[in-house]
Amino acid sequence: MMKNKFKLSIGLMVAALAFTGCNNSSQTSNKGALGSSAAEKVFVAPGEHDSHYAFLSGGYSGNLTVYGLPSGRMFKEIPVFSQFPTNGYGYSEETKPMLETSFGFVPWDDSHHPDISQTNGELDGRWVFINGNNTPRIARISLTSFETEEIIEVPNSAGNHSSSFITENTEYVVAGTRFSVPVPQRDMSIKDYKGNFKGALTFISVDPEHGHMDIKFQVLMPGFNYDLSHPGRGKSHGWFFFTTYNTEEANSLLEVNASQNDKDFIAAINWKKIEEYVNNGGGTMMPANYAHNLHDEATHTATSTMKKEVRVVNPSEVPGAVYLLPTPKSPHGCDVDPSGEYIVGNGKLSANLTVHSFTKMLDAIENKKFDGDAYGIPILNFEDVLAGSVQQPGLGPLHTEFDGQGNAYTTFFISSEVVKWKLGTWEVLDRKPTYYSVGHLTIPGGNSRKPFGKYMFAMNKITKDRYLPTGPEMEHSAQLYDISGDKMEILLDFPTHGEPHYAAAIPAEIIKSKSKKIYRLDENEHPRKAISEADTKVVRDGKNVHIYMNMIRSHFTPDNIEGVKVGDKVFFHITNLEQDFDVPHGFAMIGARNAELLVSPGQTRTLTWEPQQVGVWPFYCTDFCSALHQEMQGYVRVSPADSDIELSWSLGE
Amino acid sequence: MKKAGIIMIIGSLLLLGLFKFPLWNIVLGAPQYPDPLGMNIFINGIQGVEEFDLQNIDGLNHYIGMKTIPKPEEMWEFSVFPKVIIGMVILGVVIGFLGFLEKVSYKFFLGWFLLMSILGVLGMYDFNNWLIDYGSNLDPNAIIKVTNPDGTPMSYKPPLIGYQKLLNFDVDSWPHIGGYLMFVGMALTLVAFWLGRKITLKQTTQ
Repeated sequence: MMKNKFKLSIGLMVAALAFTGCNNSSQTSNKGALGSSAAEKVFVAPGEHDSHYAFLSGGYSGNLTVYGLPSGRMFKEIPVFSQFPTNGYGYSEETKPMLETSFGFVPWDDSHHPDISQTNGELDGRWVFINGNNTPRIARISLTSFETEEIIEVPNSAGNHSSSFITENTEYVVAGTRFSVPVPQRDMSIKDYKGNFKGALTFISVDPEHGHMDIKFQVLMPGFNYDLSHPGRGKSHGWFFFTTYNTEEANSLLEVNASQNDKDFIAAINWKKIEEYVNNGGGTMMPANYAHNLHDEATHTATSTMKKEVRVVNPSEVPGAVYLLPTPKSPHGCDVDPSGEYIVGNGKLSANLTVHSFTKMLDAIENKKFDGDAYGIPILNFEDVLAGSVQQPGLGPLHTEFDGQGNAYTTFFISSEVVKWKLGTWEVLDRKPTYYSVGHLTIPGGNSRKPFGKYMFAMNKITKDRYLPTGPEMEHSAQLYDISGDKMEILLDFPTHGEPHYAAAIPAEIIKSKSKKIYRLDENEHPRKAISEADTKVVRDGKNVHIYMNMIRSHFTPDNIEGVKVGDKVFFHITNLEQDFDVPHGFAMIGARNAELLVSPGQTRTLTWEPQQVGVWPFYCTDFCSALHQEMQGYVRVSPADSDIELSWSLGE
Repeated sequence: MKKAGIIMIIGSLLLLGLFKFPLWNIVLGAPQYPDPLGMNIFINGIQGVEEFDLQNIDGLNHYIGMKTIPKPEEMWEFSVFPKVIIGMVILGVVIGFLGFLEKVSYKFFLGWFLLMSILGVLGMYDFNNWLIDYGSNLDPNAIIKVTNPDGTPMSYKPPLIGYQKLLNFDVDSWPHIGGYLMFVGMALTLVAFWLGRKITLKQTTQ
């Protein structure tokens, strides 16, 4: 009975607000037709470059895609958490360790929120970080090689969703748990959730020179769901803000049971204070088991190390470090404006957008304007921290970004639109439809002290009729808007790969000149490289056969190999001798039950092959490298297991 | 005559630019090479414009059977040319200094210029011979053999100076900074000659 009543009231609210939304949107043109000026604005002439890079998360693809703006063209898919047969990532011996976890080899994930490294609150374009949501992990991708360099697993976490957001000098990349879980994990009744489960908020330090990640501490918060987060910046640098839902601590039928409280919280964490506490020996080291995987560019090889302990902090033991800001109705996005003053809680079931004031928050803390506590964490009085609210801007607010001109842009999932509003006056300035049901939106630098404005794009969950139909499963759609004028102007509609959640975008000038063209052979420290013909050889070590091979347009050295036997495990260690931009070579072996390899110039990669059948078996280059690409091939002779044919290898004999 | 002597010295010294800057530059552009490959020809050896250009030019040239670009020790020119240039600089400076002191006639300036011109032409002749050999002395087992309409093997000789299309490559061959400094220097020695002659004639008519 209770349940039905609730559904009915939501239904009425949706109907009522949909009406308001319609009225508002009819004030501006809602036509989908593109003006010719819009076409000009997205036209990047053949051979010209886009002005911005955009890095879109791949969602259930586990990867990160690279797009150009304003053209909406996809340039690359960077494998992060998922095996990628296209280039052998996660299949080659060098890259398999990247996907090791405490659960063993996990070759996929659900990637959500990319964030570009910052210095002094501005994008510096060194790295982009992204979270694996399912098996909690954070990855760091180099913006010179555009390859995944490091993945760290996050212990005591489950559903790594309020991640991976960075502080304004990339001091930390922060990972919050969506699910609260027993910490440490143990066999217990699910019904005993309330009061027993914990939500870990993890602060991972980033080495300023190499970017290497290390968990500095975890704050073990009450058993809420930590949905999204963003760093304080400018005046609020040193704080981090997390939205929560399920402050009811329900463990079943959350769609109802986690929607009962009129207000949930934004948790404000003074990480500088906790950092100081930890530096002075605070917190406790608890046993843990999590993987730290690091790819070394010199050896072209990743290693996986299991870490055995993690420092945890009980927030109630660090006075003044954590406060809860009541925020209406299961807030989703938690966004901080460029000045660091306003913290927007996008209450997804609320009719209004709630904006908190950092200054008021500090004042409320100072004057102890508390409204009780939760597990020893002070709850601030809602009215005392509220900066204002945007009245009935739309339905289902999710995420907000900023243009640096004092305006905010919020996505509305249910009413499928982006609404532009003014910080401080909270008035709605403009609204434009999205197609359909928008999730995140991105403004280049929109999560920094210095947004670059000009463009905004909205990433949608539902595509329906936007493109030529491709069966039941379709790519999602995104729309690009020009936000340089008073009103937003839709410019482009482009498909995206996987399911982009958040994206990070940056002006191209900041990174394009640093993009690597080759790996230097004279810096290759792979232990099984073969950088000259003299280095090429075949070595037997019991059942293991190591083939030290290299390739250059248009042959493999060696390309005739004999003496391999059924039951052997053959390792092709292949070095690409090219030192010319964009001349990778591929390597494909018949019957290989893993993948092919794509080897970049100067790189060494290893493919394992277990021959099953006697015969003479071919291999070839898969990447059309040259006019003689089709000639780039060779043979391996596989003899019976009891054969006494010696290993031999040759080229051109 | 003092002024003419100084100009003669400056002109000769400009040849020293050849030790810092390339004499000549050959650029190879193709559809696949929007950033063209290039070689800078110094008096003591050939270098790539970008670090791996020579390796990549050699890599492409192996298809058509061209020899690799010579290392400094593989051509006598790269050890002799620097000595000749140093010799000419010293000679020019000495002549200029003696001219400044009015110990030698302005005609020596012209003499230096003529000697340098002869050496220059010999150098160009030698360079062109190497280009002919480089472009036409091909491996008989080359992967790709291209013939002219008359059936003779195509030569891949880059132009001595100017532009030429060779298969998919646009080849440009022009003097570079060192070469231009040398030309300016030589021109200055002519100026020194002309100025010295004018002053001397004026003195004799007085």
